[in-house]
Amino acid sequence: MTEAAIVVEDLHKSFGSVQALRGIGFSVPRGTVLGVLGPNGAGKTTAVRILTTLLRPDRGRAFIEGHDVVAEADSVRPLIGLAGQSAAIQEELTGRENLEIVGRLYHLPRARARSRALELLDRFNLVDAGDRTARTYSGGMKRRLDLAASLVADPAVLFLDEPTTGLDPRSRIEMWGVIRDLVKGGTTLLLTTQYLDEADELADDIIVIDHGQVIASGTSDALKDQVGGDVLEFVVTDPARRADAMAAVTPLSESRPVLDDNTGQVSVRIGRRGSDALIEGVRRLDQEKIEVRGLALHRPSLDDVFLALTGHAAEEVE
Amino acid sequence: MTGRLRWAVLDSWTMVERNVILWLRVPAYIMFTIVQPLMFMVLFKYVFGGAIAVGTKGGYVDFLMPGVIGQTAAFTSFSTAIALAKEIQQGSIDRFRSMPMARSAVLVGRLGADLLRLLLTIAVLLLVGYAVGFRFHNGLGPAVLMVILALAIGLGMATISAFTGLAIKDEESVQAFGLIWVFPLTFVSAAFVPINTMPGWLQAFANNQPITIFIDELRNLAIGGPLWLHLWQSALWLLGIFIVFGTLAVRAYRRV
Repeated sequence: MTEAAIVVEDLHKSFGSVQALRGIGFSVPRGTVLGVLGPNGAGKTTAVRILTTLLRPDRGRAFIEGHDVVAEADSVRPLIGLAGQSAAIQEELTGRENLEIVGRLYHLPRARARSRALELLDRFNLVDAGDRTARTYSGGMKRRLDLAASLVADPAVLFLDEPTTGLDPRSRIEMWGVIRDLVKGGTTLLLTTQYLDEADELADDIIVIDHGQVIASGTSDALKDQVGGDVLEFVVTDPARRADAMAAVTPLSESRPVLDDNTGQVSVRIGRRGSDALIEGVRRLDQEKIEVRGLALHRPSLDDVFLALTGHAAEEVE
Repeated sequence: MTGRLRWAVLDSWTMVERNVILWLRVPAYIMFTIVQPLMFMVLFKYVFGGAIAVGTKGGYVDFLMPGVIGQTAAFTSFSTAIALAKEIQQGSIDRFRSMPMARSAVLVGRLGADLLRLLLTIAVLLLVGYAVGFRFHNGLGPAVLMVILALAIGLGMATISAFTGLAIKDEESVQAFGLIWVFPLTFVSAAFVPINTMPGWLQAFANNQPITIFIDELRNLAIGGPLWLHLWQSALWLLGIFIVFGTLAVRAYRRV
């Protein structure tokens, strides 16, 4: 089957005078990960809430595995799992009880709900903490438990709304590992994030949302190419030699190198010529006997992409 | 359809069970629901009781007991709203609504658990009441009916409260709002003092508001008095509350 797991057509949604979504559309092939990237208030959560049957769109349609999320919400719900921005677990209950109750609400027989809870605790490395109340869990453990709860019924399509927002760096990396393993099993995943490295790390395809519209889409590499490829950077140690350094590397690029007067850092856009341009740059600087430090080939981050596309940085809060 | 109904019942029961476990795990909740009514009981009986003259059978303690039970039924509603607002804030309700469970179960499960809690509180109150001299004067039937009416009052107040929790959605605002509507209704009523001791303008309100009607009926059932008039009025008030606020609460739940 080549049919897409998620199809979104021209969704609009307003809250009073605020237009949260202004006609977004995309589709997600089965078994792939779509990263929905955008700053706070871009409309990511609104889109997820419509796709998970929590909110009705004002206009447009969306389908999960061929089922309309508004007209056939009852058919959509058994197919999806949702883990939101806040961990939707009960802190007064133990990890096991949290999962068992979700299992029973999915109408698993009691014994099956119990064994499924144990399976998931095991899979998410929570067995030892399984009989402690979730209040005692770390932030990372709570998110893992919440993710486990969204997987109780083994959903075909999973929605993770900012799964690592608020986690410390170590827990984030841990969470990424968990999500990567999950996707190997063939689950279709829609992941929203405001962290550019997260989309880069986890998603097959990325769409960038700003002010309720899709402003770019493609693979991480394709998006990076849009801002002009790689950048060679180095710092000239002797301020007197900055002009010479600029002259030396100018032939490497069609556009002029950029010099930061404060730090002495020179940046040269070298497109896709990668290491060839790097070697040539080193050779030319060496010929002129110019001392540099911090020489590096810089792949544009999605931050650069975002800035190029929207004119404002990604983490900016409106 | 019967399949759906069966799931609605089972899902509601799962939610009741969950909510009862939650309640048992938090010592502060237990304090609030059991110790607080006892505190009111002792406070009014021993501190204010000497200064309050009532013309009813059995003296102030027998007047007070149905009042405290009615007040307790009304106060149960605080936690209904707070718990629902908390569940919205922590995202639990989003998860439940995205699952193929019965739509009604979150609300029914909440009210069911709150009702069980109220039943426990009433039992404790009656036990302590007996220890400090309270007696039923009207026989077993009316006594049982009094407990049932108290539960119905609790359910009605909790339904109103469920709507405020789902509509306001913010735990602290809900808590503040609860004080604003529950306190005046409860204290400007026949719960603790005979209404004819209040100034005239306040009597007009106190005499005609539902909590007074409820408490008059609880009192008549416990210690005797005309049963039917206030029973009818109570039933009509409760029916109206269930229809209006039940509908509003369900609509608010759908839109969370």
